[in-house]
Amino acid sequence: MKKICSLLLAMVLACLPCATALAAPDQSEIDALRGTKLYVYNWGEYISDGVDDTLDVNKAFTEKYGIEVVYDTYDNNEVMYSKLKGGGVSYDVVIPSDYMIERMIAEDMLEKINFDNIPNYKYIPEKYRNLPYDPDNEYSIPYTVSYVGLIYNTDMVDEAPDSWTALWDTDYENRILMFNNPRDAFAIAQSVLGMDYNMESPVAWKVAAELLMDQKNVSPVYVNDEVFNKMEGGEAAYAPYYVGDYLTMHDNNEALAFVYPKEGVNYFVDAACILKGTKNKRAAELYLDFLNEPDVALANAEYICYGSPHSEVYTNPDYTYYQNALLYPEEGAFKTQLFTNLSPETLQLMSTLWDDVKNYIPTAGSGTHDFFFGEVNSGSTEQTDGKKLTPEARKYAICIGVFLLLCLAYVIFRYARKKYRESI
Amino acid sequence: MKIGSRIYLFLVFFFLYAPILVLLIFSFNASNSTSVFAGVSLQWYRRLLHDSATLQAFRNTLVLAVSSSVLATVLGTAAAVGIDKMKKGPAKTGLLATTNIPMMNPEIVTGISMMLLFVFVGRLIHMDTVLGFGTLLIAHVTFNLPYVILTVLPKLRQTDPNLAEAAQDLGCRPVSAFFKVVLPSIMPGILTGLIMAFTLSLDDFIISYFTCGPGFQTLPIAIFAMTKKRVKPDMYALSALIFVSILVLLLLYNFMQRKSDERARRKEK
Amino acid sequence: MKRHPTSRFNVIASPYAVWAALFIIAPLIFVVYYSFTDAAGAFTTENVSALSKYLPTFLRSIWFGIVATLICLVIAYPTAYLISQKTENIQRTMVLLVMLPMWMSFLIRTYSWMAILEDENGIINGFLANLGLPRVHMINTSFAVILGMVYNFLPYMIMPIYSVMAKLDRSMVEAAQDLGGSRLTVIRRCIIPMSMPGVVSGITMVFVPSVSTFYISQKLGGGAFDLIGDVIERQFQQSYNYNLGAALSLVLMVLILISMAVMNRFTGDEEGMAI
Repeated sequence: MKKICSLLLAMVLACLPCATALAAPDQSEIDALRGTKLYVYNWGEYISDGVDDTLDVNKAFTEKYGIEVVYDTYDNNEVMYSKLKGGGVSYDVVIPSDYMIERMIAEDMLEKINFDNIPNYKYIPEKYRNLPYDPDNEYSIPYTVSYVGLIYNTDMVDEAPDSWTALWDTDYENRILMFNNPRDAFAIAQSVLGMDYNMESPVAWKVAAELLMDQKNVSPVYVNDEVFNKMEGGEAAYAPYYVGDYLTMHDNNEALAFVYPKEGVNYFVDAACILKGTKNKRAAELYLDFLNEPDVALANAEYICYGSPHSEVYTNPDYTYYQNALLYPEEGAFKTQLFTNLSPETLQLMSTLWDDVKNYIPTAGSGTHDFFFGEVNSGSTEQTDGKKLTPEARKYAICIGVFLLLCLAYVIFRYARKKYRESI
Repeated sequence: MKIGSRIYLFLVFFFLYAPILVLLIFSFNASNSTSVFAGVSLQWYRRLLHDSATLQAFRNTLVLAVSSSVLATVLGTAAAVGIDKMKKGPAKTGLLATTNIPMMNPEIVTGISMMLLFVFVGRLIHMDTVLGFGTLLIAHVTFNLPYVILTVLPKLRQTDPNLAEAAQDLGCRPVSAFFKVVLPSIMPGILTGLIMAFTLSLDDFIISYFTCGPGFQTLPIAIFAMTKKRVKPDMYALSALIFVSILVLLLLYNFMQRKSDERARRKEK
Repeated sequence: MKRHPTSRFNVIASPYAVWAALFIIAPLIFVVYYSFTDAAGAFTTENVSALSKYLPTFLRSIWFGIVATLICLVIAYPTAYLISQKTENIQRTMVLLVMLPMWMSFLIRTYSWMAILEDENGIINGFLANLGLPRVHMINTSFAVILGMVYNFLPYMIMPIYSVMAKLDRSMVEAAQDLGGSRLTVIRRCIIPMSMPGVVSGITMVFVPSVSTFYISQKLGGGAFDLIGDVIERQFQQSYNYNLGAALSLVLMVLILISMAVMNRFTGDEEGMAI
């Protein structure tokens, strides 16, 4: 790692002069942008930040073009979307995932990129262009590509799993982690069921939700970033997560292993886009171009540990993950699916079903099936009104009731005592 | 009994400080894990110095906490003085009831309702970026205000109303009577309110989460944004530094206070 | 400035009155507005009627809130009393020590609790294993969630109770003792009734955030104990369903306001609370 860092630094130093030379043609236009601000909204921990003598991408950009980068971070696509859609904020550059890009294009939230201003786009090979979320390649430039897979702890699991069904293995009760976001969690259930991740059939979504409720029998722990702590600390046997993150976990716990389940996995692309209403489009394009300069892309790939779509990165023998079999698997080695944008109705359904999954308590024995079909129905909620409370809810209701009664008894007691004392 | 009470207090403080002890230990971790301790190293402290984003977020948090607590203290003290002078009636009752709302309202509701308001106003005046430092400041002042008012009010009630009148009778103008007589007597309350407001503002995550905007992320928001990737241990290093520096300040203050108390006692003799 | 406090409304309070109207009252109107409209802005009661589905979550949140508040009260009351018995200098230090943990981000502190409570690698279980005792499963249980709440909100209970106790008239307590009251009688007859305002505001300051928290339940509860705060956060941040989120918030708010009003009514403190 250290060697790479110093090498990187040398490369940066070597590249800076030639980079300035390259930018010559519309120099005056770029000079005019000096002193302006560029608002970038990206995932947390998703850019090389200059610690340990790596490249500080935002600082390097400012040094090169004199444009100040105002950099904020978000924790997931939906939060980013809500913040932008909700209004009150405006950014220039944003880096959403595939399906979210499709949604933002559909809702006219993205600005077309002028690819004449992105000479470094030449490093993006054909297979990462014209992907389904942006078929004509007008709005986005891939930033990272990666896969979801199954991480397992070889200290706890004797036989290497090859299927997502390991996450339903009752031998590992309390020892199974699960995605704490609906889209990724449903994708696993859909893989097991052999379904399309992007299906629109409400019945099929309900079947997938049923499978997720079934998983409650192993008491899965729903996690985001806690997956790092828990897997490294040997707290859990199985966890689905992103392959790049597995590689960093492996550094801290050698007992961890990774597999791409045979049912297929989610393949995702996070891509840089320019937002509609940007006040500094030219600077945004400079930024996108800058992200694809070979040294910058390499620094980011090293930092983020996800796959890079940049040809100068993954063919670079000095790159830590050069020809890494997990990060850059052979094409067609296993089934993959991209997420695409779902219709608002399906999104709504997914969100409601996810609430149901989270609040579902498995009833012992075979009753789960009937319970499930008796409970869930899309959209209207009339039928759920009449349903009985779950045992857990009833327990809480009784507890609260007893507590209130005690309070009432105490108040009455005080009142009576007061009256009694007055009467004496 | 005495030993028992000591043990009890020790246990309570141990409970309060146990996670901070853990945080201190992991800030010296040689690996980037926050669950596996791989040996002692200072790397996270070194990295922290180069982590401009984290330091910026920390600066933002401090700026926000200081400005919002000061503003809330000034506004809140004035409000408390005004409320104290009011006669009982609907205006007073209403104002007091309103004061309790941000305290009784769940933080998440406060945050969301303010966000809805700000966004609406932003649309009204055709402003793209209405969320930012300003809205964060307003939100923080709003939830700090009740704490200031409710610490100052009891102090005002304890002060003798004749005091200010006496000062005025002696020729003081009402304003200077307030500053010379009333203010010193309610000062402890104001200070408690200020510290309380500062602490709440520093610790707030939920309200900031909804009302923050471009270019002004506070520390808790930056930490929360790491939800997909791991929380960097240099956050632990930063927390450890904050903790130790405050502790040192606290001990120094305590020491000086003791010294001045002793001096006062000697003088009395 | 008038010399006698006879005015119904005082000018000095007017900046605050304006502020309160703009930033306390007005935002609530938006919550109500969003609760009764759909995404297109048309009037609907669908959001409110959809709430019945979340009844179990409401019940769980309220119960967890009650338990956490009671535990906080039990821990905090003696603590506040013992602190108030110290010399002034020590009191000051101790109060600041109670507040100090809150100056570290609560997200990080919750993370630390995860490290303490974990099964295999957790500090408590490591300790137990070293002593040859069986491991205890703590993380991802309701116990861990409530512990997280108690930990995070305990200072909010200690502070108000302490500040009332510190103001208690010592001479009165001494008089009670002189009149032959035993230590316990003095506490029961004198200190407890007089510290009630502090207890009431402590209960408010702990119960309200406990009911509505969303981070603690996710990290320490393993996502298996969805609290109402989690659901509201999901509606606003994940599902972009402001209307349902607002309706849930409205119900939560009304529930809390009612319970607090009832509590204040019966503890008979008419002029706000003490902190």
